[in-house]
Amino acid sequence: MTKVKAIVLRAAGINCDVETQYALELSGAEAQRVHVNRIIENPDLLDEFQILVVPGGFSYGDDVAAGKILANQIIHHFSDRLNAFIEAGKIVLGICNGFQVLIKTGILGKIEPSGKQQITITNNDSGRYEDRWVYLEPSSKKCVFIEQGRRIYLPVAHGEGKILFENNDVLEKLKADDRITLRYVDENGNFGPFPINPNGSTDSIAGLCDSTGRVMGLMPHPERFIRFTQHPHWTRLKDKTRADGRTIFDNAVKYVKQNLI
Amino acid sequence: MKQWRFEVFNRPGSDDVHGREVLGDVKELGIDTVQEVQSARVFLIEGDFDDNFAKRIAGEMLADPVCEDFYIGKSAAPAGLAKATIIEIHLKSGVTDPVAESVMTAVDDMGKKCQTVRTARKYVLFGEISEKQLKKIVRRLSNDCIEVVVIGANAEPPSPHLAPYKLKLKTVDMTKLNEQQLLEISKKMDLFLNVVEMKTIQNYFKTQNREPTDIELEALAQTWSEHCVHKTLKSSVDFDFEGQKIHFDNLIKDTIFGATKQLNKDWCISVFKDNAGVIEFDDTDAVCFKVETHNHPSALDPYGGAATGIGGVLRDPMGTGLGAKPIANTDIFCFAEPDKSFDEIPHGILHPKRIAKGVVAGVRDYGNRMGIPTVNGAIFFDDRYLGNPLVFCGNIGIMPRDKCFGKAETGELVMVVGGKTGRDGIHGATFSSGAMTHEHETVFSHAVQIGNAITEKKMLDTLLQAREQGLYSAITDCGAGGLSSAVGEMGADLGAEVDLEKIPLKYAGLSYTEIWISEAQERMVVAVKPENLERISKIFADENVEATIIGRFTNDKKLTLKYQGTQVGQIDMDFLHDGLPKYSRKARWSSKNLSEPVSETKENYGEDLLKILSTYNVASKEWVIRQYDHEVQAGSVIKPLGGITNDGPNDAAVVQPKFDSDKGIVIGCGMNPLYGDIDPYWMALAGIDEAIRNVVCVGARPDRIALLDNFCWADCKKEETLGSLVRAAQACFDGAIAFGTPFISGKDSLNNNFICDDGREISIPATLLISAIGIVDDVKKCVTADLKSAGNLLFMVGLTRNELGASHYYKIKNQLGANVPKTDLRMAKLNAEKIHKAIDAGLIASCHDCSEGGLAVALAEMAFSGGLGILADLKGLPRTDDCTNLASQLFGESCSRYIVEVEPEKFNAFAKLMLGAAFGQIGKVIEDKNIIIKDSLGKTIVDVAINNLKNAWQKPLKW
Repeated sequence: MTKVKAIVLRAAGINCDVETQYALELSGAEAQRVHVNRIIENPDLLDEFQILVVPGGFSYGDDVAAGKILANQIIHHFSDRLNAFIEAGKIVLGICNGFQVLIKTGILGKIEPSGKQQITITNNDSGRYEDRWVYLEPSSKKCVFIEQGRRIYLPVAHGEGKILFENNDVLEKLKADDRITLRYVDENGNFGPFPINPNGSTDSIAGLCDSTGRVMGLMPHPERFIRFTQHPHWTRLKDKTRADGRTIFDNAVKYVKQNLI
Repeated sequence: MKQWRFEVFNRPGSDDVHGREVLGDVKELGIDTVQEVQSARVFLIEGDFDDNFAKRIAGEMLADPVCEDFYIGKSAAPAGLAKATIIEIHLKSGVTDPVAESVMTAVDDMGKKCQTVRTARKYVLFGEISEKQLKKIVRRLSNDCIEVVVIGANAEPPSPHLAPYKLKLKTVDMTKLNEQQLLEISKKMDLFLNVVEMKTIQNYFKTQNREPTDIELEALAQTWSEHCVHKTLKSSVDFDFEGQKIHFDNLIKDTIFGATKQLNKDWCISVFKDNAGVIEFDDTDAVCFKVETHNHPSALDPYGGAATGIGGVLRDPMGTGLGAKPIANTDIFCFAEPDKSFDEIPHGILHPKRIAKGVVAGVRDYGNRMGIPTVNGAIFFDDRYLGNPLVFCGNIGIMPRDKCFGKAETGELVMVVGGKTGRDGIHGATFSSGAMTHEHETVFSHAVQIGNAITEKKMLDTLLQAREQGLYSAITDCGAGGLSSAVGEMGADLGAEVDLEKIPLKYAGLSYTEIWISEAQERMVVAVKPENLERISKIFADENVEATIIGRFTNDKKLTLKYQGTQVGQIDMDFLHDGLPKYSRKARWSSKNLSEPVSETKENYGEDLLKILSTYNVASKEWVIRQYDHEVQAGSVIKPLGGITNDGPNDAAVVQPKFDSDKGIVIGCGMNPLYGDIDPYWMALAGIDEAIRNVVCVGARPDRIALLDNFCWADCKKEETLGSLVRAAQACFDGAIAFGTPFISGKDSLNNNFICDDGREISIPATLLISAIGIVDDVKKCVTADLKSAGNLLFMVGLTRNELGASHYYKIKNQLGANVPKTDLRMAKLNAEKIHKAIDAGLIASCHDCSEGGLAVALAEMAFSGGLGILADLKGLPRTDDCTNLASQLFGESCSRYIVEVEPEKFNAFAKLMLGAAFGQIGKVIEDKNIIIKDSLGKTIVDVAINNLKNAWQKPLKW
């Protein structure tokens, strides 16, 4: 059988590429880390892959705003090719900084029919970077990365993770279009203020997908919980197999196997 | 060329986080007339484009389309200006501005070039403020080392253009001068060289029959600085120990190095030679560890000083052997206690809270951007760190075992990689080698370096690729001493010739000497064979990393410096590296005449326990820890916080560096400056014992622990001060030998004293940081400190003595005492080995080290971390006969003690293993969420709810 091929985007300041590559490989994909300059030189490169992951980090130092400079680079150098990639039925995942990039390129930040960016991700309410673990309740039925009814536990680590909409209509449209994928909850599934919602995100939203359900961005880091011993208090747990982040990558690879190969 | 000005500010209705933060800062200054602060980002861009393109830059790139608005030009003064003050903070000309560089790239991506980009922060303060208050606010918001503040709507920012440099060779006539005149030159040029050193240099140039050039003197001063060569620790010392005379030929060789040499462990790969100490990890990989201090710069510019501290120490593993990949950071700080009014702060010193916040932010921003988890650390508060805060930054790297050594060869090219060279950091090494004074803030502003983590990250990414392909034969970092020390060291056995004009500059105007001694950050030097030049250059170019050939390694054993073809300096390598005169120093130690306070027996010790938990040293550092990414690279197995709600303390960090192996690296530290007030010998041993205890607590193998030393002392020209350092160094020898734990690297920072404008001197206490690195064979066997299950039994392993001296119990009563904890080295080693065996055998459910605050604090931490209660009883506590006082049983800080939780069914196996050690059952874990401690007669002396204990512990540093 042909292997599922994943590309993990690198750029100055991206720093979760190695573990993201490993997570994809653990889920059965053949993953390559590729610098954005190589895609700018030769956008045909994208054609070889079925999965694109924009990993976490601080692309270009988060200068100007988180993810902004890399998003600007994608827009001006290969946005048409990226759109073609999505239209071909392939899948895209943006994690943390990668989510910010997908929002700011418009891929996840635009709402039809206006065609302009009406969603953004901005400074946490706390005003500072924080690393902490959160519970996430899956919501969207069409998103290929998540599983209904399976609440997951993952770390967030960011200073700009608050999702904000231009107005309430945008949120309503997202809901109507089933594009909200993950929401911050407590361990029993209830919404709540900080630290349950770690950044003050509107409607406790942690992740969004596009209208196809094949492009998802999320602030938490699934690649940081693919082994039991990454759990923050695994020494207390009886279940020695838990690795919630694995599900995101497993589902991505499974989708490609079932639909694209 | 048109100059555009853009202002970007929050759209009304969206939260202005930065403005809110500044308002908080203003309120903290005691100014309550300011009701609101609005913040804006300012971009000044010079470029040839029209209004439409300018609008696109602002709308598409600079401003967020959802929550921000922009204004092109200078926005109109807000209504009611009489009560509004506009403050704009610009970077001084030439200071690195990473955001500006990114904006330049982004405009380029949009299809136009811009000439210059500069950025600034603008704040509009609403409310009446006086001239004096404004000054205070400006001082809080800006740093005059690197920033210029313009106030008012019409004030102009500084010009970005600097004049180009024209070669003017400077010689310094010194061969005919007398001692007094030589010293004047040393002072005038900020060389920090003493008369013996100046005379040595004078003699050298006499034999050369010429006068030195300025670059030669500067290069010598830098290479010979205390910061670079550690002359104090290498000097011969005559030590008067309470009348007994002890002689050391070379203090550090006879103590710390001596222990390592005597232990001669075959798993030590490279010790005290390279930029970091290297030990074996497994059959294919090695790990290296280095801890540096960045104290003086952090005192002047806490944010920049700490950021470049972490940036600098990362380049140590990157510059060890053929380069390691950094995998974990550790950061330890010493500050004055933060609750002080501004009137208590002497002139020239920043407020300790500002220093603390700035240092944490600096480490956070640099470490997080580099993608290296900060997994371990400590913060110690004492008011003697007011003028000299201490900032220890450490890093651990991993590298293949066949890449642990590098060597440059004659004919290879000298390549500088990474950042460009600017005027930043000039005289950093020499300035770090003297005492701080109230004038440093202005005189040494140029010594502060400016970091750009992304430049370093790009450099790291590409260097690792070049290393894998074997494209360079040696590597070292440009740290203190800049290119001068990097090229000088790499070519020490060969000789090197450098063309200074080839070095890429951040801006025009640098003289040849400034280029050579600049300590601009993010630069490394590699030795490249000419045939590899093309391939290695492509790797760097492919990812936009600057890399330039600046010279070649020769075989004439001379350092030759040229500028546009003119020779501006030439020094024999032998003289540069070995010409430094030998020092001999005198040191003295006599025991202090201290006494133990009269002990009082109380009915209840609950209040004391709460008070100790609330001391800054014991209190939770969660506010700091959460701001660090401690999980990037996905290898953090035991994180800095743990327990049922992920907010309890862990003793040490465990990192699993390879995805396909369960082997882990354990990192811990020990530091007890208070003990040094009684005797630095016992302080140092307690530090070693604590560092080892910490790593053993989570599962490290005691036979594979290596140590690092970082000495931070005050003015060691004083015999008593040096004497206290000698005591600590002796303890390092004794401790390392007894535990079988070699020192593999170290660093010292002396002259940590501050001279106030009224002549008063503030000296730091003797501060020795011991860092430990250990190995755990299977991370799945690691244990943590949080209680696991009601019904489990609690044991104390280790002997409690009558040792309340310098304890936190005495600290809350403003007492010192005399009975400092004395490590029994035989028992210390035995306990560590037994605990390890028990952990390895799976007999231990939780394990916590007993340190600051003693038994009671350790029990409290285990309980609230696990969300369970404890019923304890001091009857079973193993103690010496003279340890009858309840306070010393509860709060004494005797060394080598571990509290362990054991499941009842594992008791027999556990007890069998512990035979021969002092151990006893002290209680059990209960469901009820209280800690109840009874004395040996059964009377309850502590009964507090764990929530109250946790609140007391969390409150002080919840900023």
